[in-house]
Amino acid sequence: MNKQRSIISQGFRGVRLCILYWGLSTTSLNAQVLTGPGAIAPQFMRSGISFASADLRATQADDSLNPAFLWVDQGQVMWKEGSGTGSSAAGINSSAAHPSCASCHQDWQQSMRGVSMKYPRWDPQTSHLINLEGQINACRTQRQHLPALAYESDELLGLTALVSLASRGMVLKRVREPSIDAALARGQLRFETRMGQNNLACLHCHTQNAGQHLGGETISQGQPHAYPAYRLEWQKIGSLQKRLRACLSGVKAQIWAFGSEELMELELYLSFRGEGLPIESPGVRR
Amino acid sequence: MTSRIILPANPKVGLKMDIRILIQHPMETGFRYDASGSAMAKNVIKKLSLDLDGLILFSGELGTGTSANPFLQWSVILPKSGWLQLKWEDDEGNSGVERVLCNLSA
Repeated sequence: MNKQRSIISQGFRGVRLCILYWGLSTTSLNAQVLTGPGAIAPQFMRSGISFASADLRATQADDSLNPAFLWVDQGQVMWKEGSGTGSSAAGINSSAAHPSCASCHQDWQQSMRGVSMKYPRWDPQTSHLINLEGQINACRTQRQHLPALAYESDELLGLTALVSLASRGMVLKRVREPSIDAALARGQLRFETRMGQNNLACLHCHTQNAGQHLGGETISQGQPHAYPAYRLEWQKIGSLQKRLRACLSGVKAQIWAFGSEELMELELYLSFRGEGLPIESPGVRR
Repeated sequence: MTSRIILPANPKVGLKMDIRILIQHPMETGFRYDASGSAMAKNVIKKLSLDLDGLILFSGELGTGTSANPFLQWSVILPKSGWLQLKWEDDEGNSGVERVLCNLSA
């Protein structure tokens, strides 16, 4: 009971400090720092893996144990061969008509370093936000002349995991451009707006009650820096949008479609909210 | 479906080493129902073997109690250097082979 009370008071202290920090940051000159009730001050930021069990932390720390690397292997093959027809593993070999990823981007470890954290970005071609999955599919249809890959297909997850892995260890840093300002503000509003039958906003769990317990689970801060991640619950790797949809289902809200404006804006907001955390992709989560 | 054989960085002659394998597989138990209510067919890896240049190190059948993307580990003393070969086959008739060269140093 005492322990519980101390956790709660710690939580309140965190919130008080957050508010104090919020007050300070609005007066500071640094326009990069996110403000608003959903934001978490840099000194309180924690990776989702820090809430996980020792076993799970060990699994993520060792690439030979991390099952997400099975998809990375798949992505590596596709990178070289330009394969993946969307349904079968037997792909199309690289040719003049269907160049492989490697024929333009060469070595993924160098050319893709830091790329994943530039997404979602504003796409002037379509006047919509585009995330990493969307960019890979745009590359496939426009440059590789191959059919787009389905969201959450093993092929697309393999490529996103590979590209995200190239940025592993880098500190998540976003560039604030005027083109995304409106979308970022809408994403923030979505994070702060109550929804669903449970009438909860994202911030009620992931900002105000992170570290506390919900059923058998410890509530994380809802940081995006380990995705695509292998979740034990899914028994496979999944995208950030799949994770967001799981939360929407949890609060019994309408579940937004993959690649929808709503999820894109939320993904954009989360990437700004998580600035300062080192990229862990592909991570392991419960 | 991809698979991995993971060996220690510097395996030595006559010393115990850990061989780890990881296979990308859904391991569908056959006990589940899909969104439309129909039973999902059982599809697990039924045969799995690991050999060193034809010398069987392990051979077995995995059942429905094994998690998706199975991970297995053996502690062995290998008699010699050679190609380690992992072979598996599932209920749907899919199969996979993974080979890796294991060089033991003195």
